[in-house]
Amino acid sequence: MHEMSLAEGVLDLVSEQARAGGYARVTGVWLEIGRLSGVEIEAMRFCFDAVVRGSVAEGASLEIDETPGSAWCLACAASVTIGHRADPCPRCGGWQLRPNGGTEMRVREIEVE
Amino acid sequence: MQGQGHGTGGGAGYRRAESGTPDTRPVPTQGSRRLAVEREILAANNSHAARNRERWRGQGVFAVNLVSSPGSGKTTLLVETIRRLGFVFPVAVIEGDQQTSRDAERIRATGAPAVQINTGKGCHLDASMVERACASLDLAGGGLLLVENVGNLVCPAEFDLGEAHKVVILSVTEGEDKPIKYPNIFAASDLMLLTKVDLLPHLVFDADGCLDYARRVNPSIEAMRVSSTSGEGLDRWIAWLARGVEAAREGARR
Repeated sequence: MHEMSLAEGVLDLVSEQARAGGYARVTGVWLEIGRLSGVEIEAMRFCFDAVVRGSVAEGASLEIDETPGSAWCLACAASVTIGHRADPCPRCGGWQLRPNGGTEMRVREIEVE
Repeated sequence: MQGQGHGTGGGAGYRRAESGTPDTRPVPTQGSRRLAVEREILAANNSHAARNRERWRGQGVFAVNLVSSPGSGKTTLLVETIRRLGFVFPVAVIEGDQQTSRDAERIRATGAPAVQINTGKGCHLDASMVERACASLDLAGGGLLLVENVGNLVCPAEFDLGEAHKVVILSVTEGEDKPIKYPNIFAASDLMLLTKVDLLPHLVFDADGCLDYARRVNPSIEAMRVSSTSGEGLDRWIAWLARGVEAAREGARR
């Protein structure tokens, strides 16, 4: 379950930002997770709650914005929306797809006090 | 506590317009403020990986990250690979497992230096673990660095170690539909080795179908059929590695 490592990465980033700004607490964290990124959202929430205990972000709310998957279809020469990496092109049914969106794993914002 | 916003538009009125998405985020409460972070979650790993990549480029090291499920025959393949390479260039191995140093011992028996990383509960290697392991290997003369990741088709997909290529190993005793069940690791790999092909006559395994599935998630993936037992396909694999080493050493001389 690499969501534990990812949650630790999130905590490291937000702790560093809070420290740099001189804030005592992180009360909210906003993530952007693409649907093709291989992250289980529920596992991410579970791991986040586990890793923030006893930290500057203890009890922080977690908002996750799931961005849709998209890919460039070589056959259609067009960008198409896909839900999963193993999905075919919704236009031509082919598999010549290169994901170009929905692979993000980012910390967007935090709320601090 | 108030302070100057760090890397932010900060303060009242700060809220980015999200195209087409209604903003359901709570308005900051009294005494709190929102800071824009906009950093990759894996930023720390990625910077370690970039450092590894840069160091290996300077040394002329061709680093390969081998990923697979447990039991695909990775270590057996590495032992046979090292034996056939015959030390015409330096070969070193980093072994990742949750527990034990059994794999590193099997590699050392070939004469190649090997470092074992035990990840404990961890399900993958990360770039800083590999960086630390490299400190006990002499890579100054360039050559081949084989990194055997923890047996797992999920987590290692997301962690760049600084390698030139991820190579995914799938044995014919597994399901041929593994590439579409675990698409991220096949999408992240440049080469798929289908191992234990000497067993194909005894199995119901559609090798062509398996390759079709792999190409669905990665249209440009290369594939080779190999057997550590019969030796089938190993020449091609060895040649692929040798070309990589040659290119890495050439790059370091420039």
